[in-house]
Amino acid sequence: MSADGADLRRRRFLTGAVTVVGGVGAAFAAWPFASAWQPSERARAIGAPIEVDISKLEPGRLLTDKWQGKPVWIMRRTEDVLTQLPGLDGELRDPKSEEDQQPSYATNEYRSIKPEVLVLVGLCTHLGCSPTYLKAGDPQLGAEWKGGFFCPCHGSRFDLAGRVFAGVPAPTNLVVPPHKYLSDTRILIGEDSGGAA
Amino acid sequence: MKSMLTGLLEWTDARFPLTKMWDEHLAKYYAPKNFNLWYFFGSLALLVLVMQILTGIWLTMYYKPDAEGAFRSVEYIMREVEWGWLIRYMHSTGASAFFIVVYLHMFRGLMYGSYKQPRELIWVVGMLIYGALMAEAFFGYLLPWGQMSFWGAQVIISLFGAIYEPLAVWIRGDYVVSDATLNRFFSLHVVAIPMLLLGLVAAHIIALHEVGSNNPDGVEIKKKKNADGIPLDGIPFHPYYTVKDIMGAVGFLILFAAVVFFVPEFGGWFLESANFVPADPLKTPEHILPVWYFTPYYAILRAIPDKILGVVAMGAAVVILFVIPWLDRHPVRSVRYRSSLFKLLLAVFAVTFVVLGYLGTQPPTPVFSEIGLRLGEIYFSFFLVLWYYSRERSAACTWTVLVFVAVIMLIGDGIRYDEAKAGLMMKSALLPIGFYFVFVFLPMIAPGLNASKPVPERVT
Repeated sequence: MSADGADLRRRRFLTGAVTVVGGVGAAFAAWPFASAWQPSERARAIGAPIEVDISKLEPGRLLTDKWQGKPVWIMRRTEDVLTQLPGLDGELRDPKSEEDQQPSYATNEYRSIKPEVLVLVGLCTHLGCSPTYLKAGDPQLGAEWKGGFFCPCHGSRFDLAGRVFAGVPAPTNLVVPPHKYLSDTRILIGEDSGGAA
Repeated sequence: MKSMLTGLLEWTDARFPLTKMWDEHLAKYYAPKNFNLWYFFGSLALLVLVMQILTGIWLTMYYKPDAEGAFRSVEYIMREVEWGWLIRYMHSTGASAFFIVVYLHMFRGLMYGSYKQPRELIWVVGMLIYGALMAEAFFGYLLPWGQMSFWGAQVIISLFGAIYEPLAVWIRGDYVVSDATLNRFFSLHVVAIPMLLLGLVAAHIIALHEVGSNNPDGVEIKKKKNADGIPLDGIPFHPYYTVKDIMGAVGFLILFAAVVFFVPEFGGWFLESANFVPADPLKTPEHILPVWYFTPYYAILRAIPDKILGVVAMGAAVVILFVIPWLDRHPVRSVRYRSSLFKLLLAVFAVTFVVLGYLGTQPPTPVFSEIGLRLGEIYFSFFLVLWYYSRERSAACTWTVLVFVAVIMLIGDGIRYDEAKAGLMMKSALLPIGFYFVFVFLPMIAPGLNASKPVPERVT
């Protein structure tokens, strides 16, 4: 570009001004494209609560349902399991459930409303695989294993209150979803007395 | 007739640089005369790219990017579309073939120092291609909507969630991997990334032809030219290397066809059996693992018992490859004239990468995780030693490196210390200790082991 007799200050100002205005325009133009990747209104609306009937759930059995596209587990724990839970505290990362992974009404030693009925989101807090329920003494984990959940992806282990063991990749306990009892045998998952989650 | 064709060419040349481009990139592009087998893989990568695009276009004619219909449409292609099975298996085998060829191509670059000045940008653009290829493979693997597609995507997207949770939601377009995710991955897989790849491949070749090809001796052929300005050790790419590369393509296609026809799933290595089961968001398959070309990085991720650190280490394992040209500043390019220890170092790196890849396919037992962690340490140590070997180092520098590494590793082991694994940790520590003994300590007492050989003036 020739500089003969040109007003360089004016040229620099115009170049700068055009760059700034164009840059702002480009940033605004990028917004709808980036925004279009967010969940749509419909995807946001689908997280409605689900009702689960646990009258046929026998002690020691696990029931899987789907809430917000995620697996939800409901388990009726036996007396044996409940008495064993405190004994595991020393091997766990967060035995007292201090991390915010459960509603306040499940912040107790069993991580549940009724001691025997455990409700969990069945996704590992590491990278989102769904752990497998392995009974006590399962050959995969040896005779020491007291029963709990084992993530096949990266080997994280959780006890029967969804509390994570120390020394595994998962950083926190499994999530307890908001839930409440509609009657003795019917649970509403996704909503509690405080309203929808 | 002939004069008509010549006339047409002249007419075109006056309007488009056809002859000029033909000469610059083929007929008068002088490549070193001493290319060996390793130099097949660049042109083979191009061949596979063309094959993937062609088969991909045909698959898109029948595939439905819809969580309800995706799995069925793939089965439809396999069972009912005329020759659909062949096109699908060519595409799925092609993905693995692409990575085999690209890994060998990258190893060639490492061996002959093809990333060194003035070829740094060729390497960087090549690494961008590798990155785009990983993205392309990842997006593509979700499309059949099988169990492994679904849970593989779930895990990899969660990696981004480990950095910043809303990022994972943004990528998925939903709170779980869903139809929205499938649809956008389809768009990225068939439009965005292929266009990016083509642009990058063009940049890779333009940069290469600007500076000229390296060769197995690492000798700069442009330094010795004849009176016409043609490198004495150069031969025109066409017809010499076009013919050679066609020969390579034929050999490759024979092997490729054998896989496509007889073992398209390659025993679960190219297509995992769990992916023949439709995606089920409620149940993770018992053994979930990425396809083999991601497993070395996956093994590093898994071995580190901390979510964020694992993700960071895995990312770093890829990113560090970009800066190799600035880590290895040793003046000798080719491994042929570098020290015995450097040859061994390169071999150890290759073996480490392969073993990590194997570990990434195995269940994460404590022993395998531990070995994975140590091999991860060796993986990163390779780059440190690459830098360390760049020039003669003083004893003080050597001790600094050794102490620095020892401190870092001790801190790491201190944090993850677990009484139950103490014995295992101590035994496995012999791996990195042995590595540093051989590659850093040994040359201090036996400098001959790390002495380069004289580089010839001309290619051999």
